[in-house]
Amino acid sequence: MPECAGENGAAGTRASRIEVRALAYDVAEARLIDVPTLTLGPTGTTVVMGPNGAGKSLLLRLMHGLIRPSAGEILVGGEPLSPAQCKAQALVFQKPVLLRRSVAANIDFVLKARGKDRSRCHDLLDRVGLASLADRPARRLSGGEQQRLAITRALATEPDTLFLDEPTASLDPESVQAIEGIVAAAAREGVRIIFVTHDIQQARRLADDVVFLSKGRVVEEALADAFFSGPETDVARAYLSGHLDRLLET
Amino acid sequence: MALPFVRMPLVFRKLCRKREILQQIGEAIALAFGLLLAADADLLEIVTLSLYVSLSATSIACILGLPLGAILAVTRFPGRGPVLVLINALMGLPPVVVGLIVYLHLSRSGPLGFLGLLYTPTAMIIAQTILIAPIVVALSRQVLEDLHLEYAEQFRSLALSARQVIQALLWDGRFALFTVALAGFGRAVAEVGAVMIVGGNIDHLTRVMTTAITLETSRGNLPLALALGIVLLALAMAVTAAVHGLRAGTAGQADA
Repeated sequence: MPECAGENGAAGTRASRIEVRALAYDVAEARLIDVPTLTLGPTGTTVVMGPNGAGKSLLLRLMHGLIRPSAGEILVGGEPLSPAQCKAQALVFQKPVLLRRSVAANIDFVLKARGKDRSRCHDLLDRVGLASLADRPARRLSGGEQQRLAITRALATEPDTLFLDEPTASLDPESVQAIEGIVAAAAREGVRIIFVTHDIQQARRLADDVVFLSKGRVVEEALADAFFSGPETDVARAYLSGHLDRLLET
Repeated sequence: MALPFVRMPLVFRKLCRKREILQQIGEAIALAFGLLLAADADLLEIVTLSLYVSLSATSIACILGLPLGAILAVTRFPGRGPVLVLINALMGLPPVVVGLIVYLHLSRSGPLGFLGLLYTPTAMIIAQTILIAPIVVALSRQVLEDLHLEYAEQFRSLALSARQVIQALLWDGRFALFTVALAGFGRAVAEVGAVMIVGGNIDHLTRVMTTAITLETSRGNLPLALALGIVLLALAMAVTAAVHGLRAGTAGQADA
């Protein structure tokens, strides 16, 4: 596994290497995740790709400690994933879960809960262009604005690693661009980004390295340039070329 | 041909009875308005005491019941199922049984008799609190559990403590919890058995709307009893409308 060198220009890093060992996740005797080994370096942006049902979101949840693996372990900086390490991570869901409060109150809630400087609230919103909407009910924002708020809330916790589970699914190009800008800025500031997406062009724009999943297994991991210029597996080739029939066969 | 003649007196009697009832309702409505417009001192005293007792009981039941409902909503422990069944069953507590139990505790020979609370508004508040607390706990548990289902994964991701989760749920569920409090208030202000037993329906001391209605009915003063009933109904509707107005006015700020 190539360790990402932060091609997108990551500054110093706070994150630690994430290692997955013999990881399995079973539901009703069906093995949904089966990853013998996977190592994600401490910097840069890793894009996790794969068809629906490949286990991308499950892998993210396992690495974030939201669900317990059936077998195997996840090491962060060589140590088993602990509550303190989970606290140093943040996850943005595909469908943002916002509190029934104003935009500013959503950020303030996290700052207060984590004992952070609450005066940063306005500054954080300003950076993502939501300062003018600070007093508006968060759930009345547009889909793109809600997701920007969810990412800002996640970044307000000052995470070492930020997991994003298809954060731009169903959003318009303008919102996608805004979110990619926020994520790229966070990556430049040293936040380790693990980004799940189906959008191949988006993956090309963001990725330093790619992890490709199929049927719960990591079938390919490579630096972004190498992956997009010459994927090694049939399933990745079929996925990138959009040959759905071949993808189904694999 | 003979049948109509036989039945006529019965029909006539029924018509007369209906007219009498309508007349009484008309009188009652007029009397209710009269009492309200005249700001009858006795009526105001009864209304004030009714509101004081029921709102106090609702407040105490909410202070105790909402956090308990939230704890039950977010925690899992052995025996939780039977606890929920018990609390749901207690929602149907008969007021007279609650009144009797409180009476036994507060009577002179009871364990709390030394407090001298029997036949006081405080005793009535205690009885109504016991009566509505299970309603507040059970309904808030359901409301907050549904909310928690939506938030749980996000809260786990944010690594919030149980205390932070409960505080967040109570705040975010506040508009739904208003309705829970209203359900409790409705039960409290409408019950008669418990306050009658522990309050004693003493004039100028523990007489509330429901006990006054019971008294006037037993005296045969139906128009006054009905008038008091109309005032009670209007009172309950006014409180409900006030809470609804408060909810509507603030819900827009948070999108409930």
